[in-house]
Amino acid sequence: MSSDATVQLLTPDGKLVSDDRTSEYLPWIEKLPESRLLDFHRQMVVMRRFDTEAGNLQRQGQLALWIPSIGQEAAQVGSGYAAAPQDHLFPAYREHVVGRIRGLDLMRIIEMLRGLSHGGWVPSETGNFHLYTLVIGSQALHATGYAMGIALDRLLDVSNDGAPTLRDPEKDAAVLVYFGDGASSQGDVSEAFTFAASYQTPQVFFLQNNHWAISVPVERQSRTPLYLRGTGFGIPSVQIDGNDVLASYAVTSANLLSARSGEGPRLIEALTYRMGAHTTSDDPTKYRENEEVAYWGARDPIARYEAYLRGQGVGDDFFAEVAQEAEDVAADARARTVLLQDPPTTKIFEHVYSDPHPLVDAQRDWLAAYEASFDTADGIADLEGAP
Amino acid sequence: MTENLPLAKAINLGLAKALAADPKVLLMGEDIATLGGVFRVTEGLKAEFGENRVIDTPLAESAIVGTAIGLAMRGYRPVCEIQFDGFIFPGFDQITSQLAKLTYRHEGSQSFPIVIRVPYGGHIGAVEHHQESPEAYFAHTPGLRVVSPATPHDGYWMIQQAIASNDPVMFFEPKSRYWQKGEVDRETPPGAFQASRVIRMGTEVTLVGHGAMVAALLQAADIAASEGTSVEVIDLRSLSPIDYAPIIASVQKTGRLVVAQEAPGHVSVGSEIAATVAERAFYSLEAPVMRVSGFDTPFPPAKLEGNYLPDADRILEAVDRALAF
Repeated sequence: MSSDATVQLLTPDGKLVSDDRTSEYLPWIEKLPESRLLDFHRQMVVMRRFDTEAGNLQRQGQLALWIPSIGQEAAQVGSGYAAAPQDHLFPAYREHVVGRIRGLDLMRIIEMLRGLSHGGWVPSETGNFHLYTLVIGSQALHATGYAMGIALDRLLDVSNDGAPTLRDPEKDAAVLVYFGDGASSQGDVSEAFTFAASYQTPQVFFLQNNHWAISVPVERQSRTPLYLRGTGFGIPSVQIDGNDVLASYAVTSANLLSARSGEGPRLIEALTYRMGAHTTSDDPTKYRENEEVAYWGARDPIARYEAYLRGQGVGDDFFAEVAQEAEDVAADARARTVLLQDPPTTKIFEHVYSDPHPLVDAQRDWLAAYEASFDTADGIADLEGAP
Repeated sequence: MTENLPLAKAINLGLAKALAADPKVLLMGEDIATLGGVFRVTEGLKAEFGENRVIDTPLAESAIVGTAIGLAMRGYRPVCEIQFDGFIFPGFDQITSQLAKLTYRHEGSQSFPIVIRVPYGGHIGAVEHHQESPEAYFAHTPGLRVVSPATPHDGYWMIQQAIASNDPVMFFEPKSRYWQKGEVDRETPPGAFQASRVIRMGTEVTLVGHGAMVAALLQAADIAASEGTSVEVIDLRSLSPIDYAPIIASVQKTGRLVVAQEAPGHVSVGSEIAATVAERAFYSLEAPVMRVSGFDTPFPPAKLEGNYLPDADRILEAVDRALAF
């Protein structure tokens, strides 16, 4: 639950909070062009509509699974836009809109959850948005290693006079890694905190506390507010209202700048709520109360931000245009999903290794011969045994 | 020109050569930098290459492997040391669920050239978790390569070949052989990285093994020769993939095969070789393939390791059974 320590720039009814505490962060908002402030809303609305469409596609048998992010749009959109182009983002598996902001075609996630790939997008072509990781918390270590690499680049790349190259927070990269309240109990996350603090890596840990790890409430994961965990590792930490897109943007921006400036790692806990199921395979009515869902429904991140924008004078035309764009994106996703073709069976054997591997090659050839044998009169009798 | 060097020093020289050849090569692990590793395999390398390339890590195996993955994504070629065989399991998830699958998950857009060095095996009289042979877990995992050098010459060259590989390599170092000297030729280029090799010619029985077991196989071959039996010995060198051509060719000549390993025999590398040879060379076999293994128990307290680990006598007992068929 939020407390006086929670950074909030927008009240639930969309009023800007101007006080001593927010003065540190408000300049990040003030320097944004209006177009970007409108992008925040656009991305949140499009993502929610996409989530609904993808859920429907799953119910209609077009996807094996969908992982909805409804309710978490503000935490994700704000932090996603806070990352600079050169930054590297390591998602868990629910940060679809962050990928979209970085240039990932959401169809790549559709393909993964239809059973056509294990991800397979190329991070250097998707704004350094790395692949999803399904083993909870494992990506925290990959992100930390990546950040160690950024730090080592500087230490090892000495100029002619023997001095390390100068730091440039405008050009240097930082790492932003996403995980959840459930992952906070994983050893890998604690080990990532340890390594990040030890090597003073340029990275921000972004913990979305959506209050539920499938059916287990956050109270079972931790008896202390999760942002306080960072303090014990020597990582400066802050808790934000994760349903406030302006807080998510401003606080993540400030912390990424600190990381890029050589001040070491940071932890942000964003308090939010998973309004939907864990995945389409889940039934949250079995473990949580309607009152709780209603409480968070009244703190909806999109309604809050729409109220703010309307207060700033944004008119109906904009909201109608965004609603239409969301419908168009959803319709396009549906149209493209039903046309997706299954991959060739050779995909089973591709890229198991980077260098040639005799066993995999032999098994690929055997399967091709086996499948081809059904097309011949002789059947499979002539095949050698499976390698 | 050759030099007479112990295995630990040969690997040390191979690591130094790799560090000198490629600025992206990093060593990381517990106690490897200032101390030079508990077996001193990395001794002197921090002084030569600096603390940013020979890196002491916090004590967490999962993080050593997991951060090596991120470093590889950034373009580095990390060489991780796991201090002892039995301490690899805190890192097992990052090795098998992440490292082994990440090239596949990336559909080839990203390579993971990471070497994980593991001192393994018994014969050193150590406490629990310090004498194990866990290589079958990794040989069973698609996406990993698994090798084990038996000699200082192979230690020098194979560590460099492992680092040059674009795939993850599990590098199992027979720790009981660290201080045994052998001839190392640092001039002649090495042979194929993952080839098995006939190291003693014979005609009646084929013996196959890897790591420290190779010395026991050669000892058994000597004893057998003194008793009039001609034995061929093959150093496996690579456990994944396994280079079967020399093994099949040898079995076609001898008709008998004994596979020896320190690891427990159930679902082991030896089991896999026995099954494959039965499939591919059935009509050449004069006897069932015999396995000589550690027993299917936890590694016992050290005073019993001599009874637990296969030695030349246990290998010869299996040779006798094969010849009696």
